[in-house]
Parts: sequence; structure tokens; C-alpha cells
Amino acid sequence: MTSPPALEAAHLTLAYESRQVAHDLDVSIPDGAVTVILGPNACGKSTLLRALARLLRPKTGQVLLHGQDVQRLTPKELARRLGLLPQSSAAPAGITVADLVGRGRFPHQRMLRQWSHEDEAAVARALAATGVAELADRAVEELSGGQRQRVWIALILAQETPVLLLDEPTTYLDISHQLEVLELCRRLNRDQGRTVVLVLHDLNQAARYADHLVVLRDGTVAATGAPKTVLTEQLLHDVFRLEARVITDPVFGTPLVIPIAARDSAAG
Amino acid sequence: MWRVGHTSLVISPRLVTITVVLLVVGAALGVTAMTLGTLRLSFGEVIAAVVDTSGNAQHDRVVRSLRLPRVVTAIFAGAALGVSGAIFQSVSRNALGSPDVIGFTTGAATGAIVQIVVFQADALQVSLGAVAGGLLTAAVVYLLSRRAGVTGGYRLILTGIGVSAVLGAVNGLLLVTGDLDQAFTANLWLSGSLDARSWTHALPVTVGVLVVVPLVLPLARRASLIEMGDDLAQQLGVRVERTRVLLMLAAVALAGLATGAAGPIAFIALAAPQLVVRLTGWRRMPVVSAAAMGGCLLMLADTVTRLLPITAAVPIGRVTGIIGGLYLIWMLTRAKQV
Amino acid sequence: MASSPALPTDPAPGWGRGRPHPVRSTITRPRRWHRGTGLLLLSVVLVIGTFASATVGTRAIPLATTWDAVFAFDPTNSAHLLVVHQRIPRALLAVVVGGGLGVAGAVMQALTRNPLAEPGLLGVNAGAATAIAAGIAFLGVTDPSGYMWLGVLGAAVAGAVVYLLGGLRTGTNPVRLVLAGAALTVVLMALTQLILVNSAEQVYDRYRHWMVGSLAGRGTDVLIAIGLLTAAGLLLAHALARPLDTAILGEELSRSLGGRPARVWATAGLAVIVLAGAATAAAGPIAFLGLAAPHLARLLAGVDHRWVLPYSGVLAAVLIVVADTLGRALPANGEVSVGIMVSILGGPFFVLLVRRRRMVRL
Repeated sequence: MTSPPALEAAHLTLAYESRQVAHDLDVSIPDGAVTVILGPNACGKSTLLRALARLLRPKTGQVLLHGQDVQRLTPKELARRLGLLPQSSAAPAGITVADLVGRGRFPHQRMLRQWSHEDEAAVARALAATGVAELADRAVEELSGGQRQRVWIALILAQETPVLLLDEPTTYLDISHQLEVLELCRRLNRDQGRTVVLVLHDLNQAARYADHLVVLRDGTVAATGAPKTVLTEQLLHDVFRLEARVITDPVFGTPLVIPIAARDSAAG
Repeated sequence: MWRVGHTSLVISPRLVTITVVLLVVGAALGVTAMTLGTLRLSFGEVIAAVVDTSGNAQHDRVVRSLRLPRVVTAIFAGAALGVSGAIFQSVSRNALGSPDVIGFTTGAATGAIVQIVVFQADALQVSLGAVAGGLLTAAVVYLLSRRAGVTGGYRLILTGIGVSAVLGAVNGLLLVTGDLDQAFTANLWLSGSLDARSWTHALPVTVGVLVVVPLVLPLARRASLIEMGDDLAQQLGVRVERTRVLLMLAAVALAGLATGAAGPIAFIALAAPQLVVRLTGWRRMPVVSAAAMGGCLLMLADTVTRLLPITAAVPIGRVTGIIGGLYLIWMLTRAKQV
Repeated sequence: MASSPALPTDPAPGWGRGRPHPVRSTITRPRRWHRGTGLLLLSVVLVIGTFASATVGTRAIPLATTWDAVFAFDPTNSAHLLVVHQRIPRALLAVVVGGGLGVAGAVMQALTRNPLAEPGLLGVNAGAATAIAAGIAFLGVTDPSGYMWLGVLGAAVAGAVVYLLGGLRTGTNPVRLVLAGAALTVVLMALTQLILVNSAEQVYDRYRHWMVGSLAGRGTDVLIAIGLLTAAGLLLAHALARPLDTAILGEELSRSLGGRPARVWATAGLAVIVLAGAATAAAGPIAFLGLAAPHLARLLAGVDHRWVLPYSGVLAAVLIVVADTLGRALPANGEVSVGIMVSILGGPFFVLLVRRRRMVRL
């Protein structure tokens, strides 16, 4: 990557009240690429994402968005440049898909410009991109888990930000919907040049869809780089306590992890 | 939707229609209420007296200094409670939210009881005591529930319960140990009342509603985003905690004004926003419509009470309780799923 | 987790949260061997507290005399008579009432899957209050055992109404149950106030002393009647301990685990109504105990209801005995009612707890 990073975090110390999650963390998210953050449970993936989106104020260090300190942007400025899909959100009872997705336009609206033509077009684009356009007038509650997840993604897309952070967007989804979401992320990146950051749990999906991997362990970066160089048997052993073979995917040529056994944590 | 050039406002026709209907119904009820009393007046006489063309000094006096203040108090106290309830239901993300959540009602009662039982204060001082007690309690609950600069809805509710429990005990203690006459008076205050309201009661709540409600309006969109989760709202560019504090300040101020004007009134804060949402299908925090509904409900309760052919004293705060409770029960008997 | 959900059993109507929230729980895991010992220790504390409570009053009676009164009763000794006929029944009644409310609260919170639920929500307190206000105003009832029977009657009627309205017989919808209870409470309390403001001041005078929750003047007759009712309620609750653990997971999961949610629900509802009704009839509405005790119990014993129920019962009993004792020991003259003392002691503690650590969620 030669262009400057989209997001750069330097010397981050992250903590919830007294519980420290990360200390002196440096992370760089390349511009115009799909980055996947991997790591075992409770290693600070979501916390890092929240810090990048300024939902969590770091105790020390700073986050630069295209070279600008995010703390210096107004909330709406930031929201026009960076969108984050949290792990769980609640849809108001009875709201329709189009209404919910429309709420993603908030950062582009003002008191006397509550619903412009651009807003309408952006919502239509987001609905089309996620394949939920035909559900626009349905109530969100009536949808299946997969449809609902795509609606939430549509909300973030309607925000039309150059940088997108998605926290475990594939949970609740069956395998074909998972692939759909990942394909969508790739399209957003390839066709529209958006920077996409995903938190995923599936190593093989990460290997296939990521241009860049960030592997976290206990609040520190264990490895970072292209999937081919990062996903090694040694790393899986060290970070995920996993005994595994890594071969080359016969179809895509990306690394393919074949888990063999979970290493007994007591022995480690 | 309404759009001119770069200016656009999102407006739901159904919401506007229903709000207008509610305003009209409220006004009609108000006029009806002003015809009632020992001196029976016709609609025309009431309207003439209000707009100063009656030429009848007695009518003018009865309507303008006795009946109109009562009607104005009822409508605006109801409106204040409706908006206050809408805000608390949104902030606590709970359809049962009301100013009670933050201990306001109990604190107001403490203020009033202290004034009555300890200081033998007059009506105005009691009102002021109630408002001060409520505001102070709300502030204490808010500060106690704040941690790391954030008030989780859940922690706010739990703290409110704890503080309310203590104040409730203090209220009980004052009522039990106090002089019987004063305790009886205090108990009467606790039932809420619209009797003998003067412009001293009516004006503060009227001005308050007219000032605070427009300030709340621009926050309603943000409140609705916050309902979907703090993280989502914040990443959409909402200053979550600041919005929440402003909203709660407004809600507590409104509840204070209503309590000062009419004492504790049950159920309006709970029911008005719920009813509006059911009627309009509006998915955001209702503001003007909740105000209109609140005003209508309280006006209706007051009018119905005065039409009842019984001689017993029927405090308005309890009438709203009975009407609201029966309405809920009726709803439960016919709905399979609530 | 800045956005904590308000109540797990969010009422669906309105514009509130629609998507069911994934269960988040902070489970404290006390080591297993501690729980039995802890319960035993608490029980010892309770017994000692009960005795100590019997020594306190307008006339201080030494612990030794109290001991003799129980184990070597001398009918000619006035101190012995006082202890056996007044103090011990009162202390035991406190234990019964506290235990009943504590268990009822734990069952109620599990039943509604709502950590803010308390037994009073079902409207039985209000039922008892209305019956007693009416009894004082229209029948001239003045003594505690009269209050008790009126209270039992009122609580039973209100309980029956809420049982039917809340769909306890047919479904397992916590929101419906809470709404039914809330509606009934609002109506009944309004009726009570209507009776009071239209009656002579003396009626209010009697009512206000009942309303703050008091154990004063309750004798053996009250103890026996309420003891039997509470025992029945506790038996129901005991049978529920294990089913509640699955019921708490929600209807679908509970059914798939082989539970019978509908039956568990009906039984649990009945248990709460009996326990709360009996406690209120005996001692007036005692707020807060049924809410706070289960929280403390979960803090000490985790989320397993076979432990939460007894812990909650014993903790509530300890708290009410301490409150009743202090209520008599602290004031220079007279006594502060137990209901008031419970809230004054428990409230700050509860707030502190909320601030200090995360409450164990259901």
C-alpha cells in the first residue's frame, strides 16, 4: 500500500471504566481496501472498532482519519466520513424498512433540510445494493434474521461514507447470506472504492475476502498484513490456540485453514 | 413531506390531522367545562366572556378569574405531562417510562409534604416545595447514576428506584408522625386537584409549555436515533449524552410545572404518548401530538368528573388513575396479545 | 456497553425497542461450596437477630430472660409473658413476612424476566389496601387481626383478578401480566384515596398507620394464619426452583428444554400472589424488600434458583428483622414502622450497590 492509510491509530490505550482492554495499540487501516480484524473472543476487536469510530474515547493516543484527528471533527462531520454498524441495535416497533434505512441519512440532514432528493436517492441505492428494495414497505419486525441484518447494513450504506466499519456483520446469517454480505462488502470496495473494515470470526472467509488482515490478541496486534503472510500455522497456534493446517484454497488461491484440534488451554 | 428548494420538512399528514383534531377536541372540552358550575352558562356566553364582548360583569368575572384558569391549567398541565412522558419513555427505552423513573414524583411529594406537615405552608409554597423537591430528586438520581460520564438507561432506573424508596419512606414517616389535620391535607394534595385554580397556577405551566415544547421539537429526531442504541446514534453524528441530558432536563421541568399547577396527576404521562403512537403510527418520539393528547385527556377527565351526579370529593389525580387503569384493563380483556 | 437495555421485558407497544435484545448477562460465579455455608451463616444470623429483636422494646428485657422465656417459660413472670405473647410472635412474624416477600420477589423477577419487578406489581398490595381502607371507613375495623382478614380478602380478590386479566392461566406474557397488575393497582389506589378523602380524619389516621407497614400489635393469631399461608406459598415456590431456571430462558427455549412454561407460570403467579398477599395482610405494604432482596441474593448466590430463592428469603428476613429491631431501638419514644425502616436502610445500600458494581442481570 503506497497511499496514506485511511485510519491510523497510534499508541491507543483503551479501557472501560477500570477495565483496560488495550495498551499502546498501533493499528493502520489501508485506504481503499477490505481489512478484516480477527482475533479470539474478548481480545478487543469491537473495542478497537468503537475507538476508531470515536464511540470510545481512548485514554491515551489518537485516531487519525485520512490524517485528521477524529476528536477534532464534529459528530456529524465524522458521521459523513465514517460509518459503523454496531453489533446490536434495536429497531423501533413497527418501523418500515425504508424508514429505518432513511435514518442513516441523519448526518446529511439539517433542521430545515430534513429529507432532500439526495437522501431519497441514497436510500434507494442502499436498498438496491443490499437487495432489500422489494422489502422497503415491510415492517422490520416481520423480516427474517438475514433480511434484517441486510437492512441494518443498508442503513449504514445510506450514510454514504467513504469508510465503513462493520462489527460482525455475518452473525445471525446462514452461509449463503454470509457470502452475500461479504460479496457486498467486496463490491462496495471494488466498485465504489470504499474502505471497508470488518470484524469476522470465520478464518477462511477472512482469508478470502480480506486484502489486509489485522490479528488481535489480548489488546495487542499479533500480526498484520496480507492474508497469505499472516495466516500461518504458527500464528493460529499462538493466537487462537488452534492446531491447524494451512493449505492453499484450490479455488481461490487464498490460504485455507483446516482446524484439527483446539489446543488444551491448560497445557498452554 | 414538504419540500421547497433546499428546504424540506418531514411531516406525516395523519399525525398533523390527529394533532389538529386533538387540539380542537381539547378546546371544545374546555369551553364545555366552562359552562358547568353553579352558574350555568351557554357556549355563547362563555365564548363572549372569554373574548371580552359579553358586557356581563358577573359572567366576565366567573369565566375569566375562576373557570378559565382551571381549564387552562388542566390543558397545559396535561400537555406538559404528555411531553414529559414521551421523553422519559424514549430515554428509558421503555413503554412504561414516566417522570417516576427518575424519582420525580416521589420527590415532589416529599417537597409538598414537608411544606404542609413541617412548615404549615400555604398553597403556593406547597407548589413551590413540590417543584423544588421533584427537581432536586431528579438531579440527585441523575448524578448518582452517572458513571464515566454516561447514564445507562438501566442504571438510571435502578438508582431512581433506590432513591424513591428512601423518599417514599420519608413521606410515610412524615404522614404517620405528623399532626393528623396536616397529614390529611397532605394526603389530599397527593391526590392532585384542579379545584380553585387561579392564574397563579395557570400561568407558569402555560408559559413553560409554550417555551419548552418548541425547544424539545428539534431534539425528537435525535431521541429516536438514540432509541436504536447509543452506538448507532453516536456513529450517525448524534451527541448522545448531551441530547439525553437536555431531554431529561426538559422533561423534568415540564413535570415540575404540571405538578406545581395541579399536584400529582396519575397516568397522563404514561398514556398520552402511547395513545398518540397507536393512533398515528408515527415512529418517532411524539412531541406536539403528545402534548395535545395529554391536554385533551386531563381536560376530559376533569369535565367527566364535574358531570358526575355525585356529591363526594373526587380528586382529579385519582380520576385520571381510575380512567386510565380501567382503559388498560379493558384493553387487556379484548387484546389477545399486548 | 454504553447502551444497556432498560428492561429485558420491554413492552412491545409503542415505538420502543422492537428487535429482541440478545441476552447479555454478567454472571458472578461464586464457588459452589460457599453457597451452602453462606446460607447456613445467614440463617444463624437470622436466629440470633430474632432473639435480639425480642429483647428490644419499650421495656428492655435481657437476652438471658428472653432465653428463659422460650425454653423455661414461667407464666407468672411478666417479662416472660411479654416475650412469649408479644415479642416472639412479632419477631417470628417479621421472619415470615420477610421470607415470604423475599421469595415472592425472586419468583416475580424470574416470572416476568424483569429484574425490576416486585411482588407489589401484581396489585395484591393495592387490593389489601382498598379492603382495609373500606373496612376502616365502613365497618369500623380497628385491630390488627381485623386488618389481616380484610387484607387477605382484598389481596385474594385482587390476586384473582390479576390472575385472569394477566393471562396467567393461558399464556406466558410478562408484559401483559405487569400491565394488568399496574392497571389494577392504579384503579385500586385511586379507590382507596376516594374512600379516604371522603371519610372522617380518624379513618385516614388508622389507614396511615397501616399504610407505612407495621408489625406493632400483631399477636399469635396473626402469626399462625399468616404462617400457614406463607408456608403454602413457600411450598409452591420450592417446587418451582428448578423449573424457573429454564422458564427464565424464555418460552421457546424453556419448552425445548422440556419445561412446561404455562404450568410454571400459573404456579409461580399463584405463589407470588399468596406470599405477597399474606405478607401485606400481616404487616401492611412493605415496599422494596421484594425488589432488593433477590438482587442481593443473586449477587451472593449466582443465578441458580435453587439457591436464589432461599437466599432471597433469608436475606429479606434478616433485613426486616434488623429493620424492625432498629425501628424500636433507635427512636427515643415510640417506634418507626418497619416498612419505613426497611426502605430507609435498604435504599441507600441499593443505590450504592448499583453504583459500585454491575447488577447481576437476569
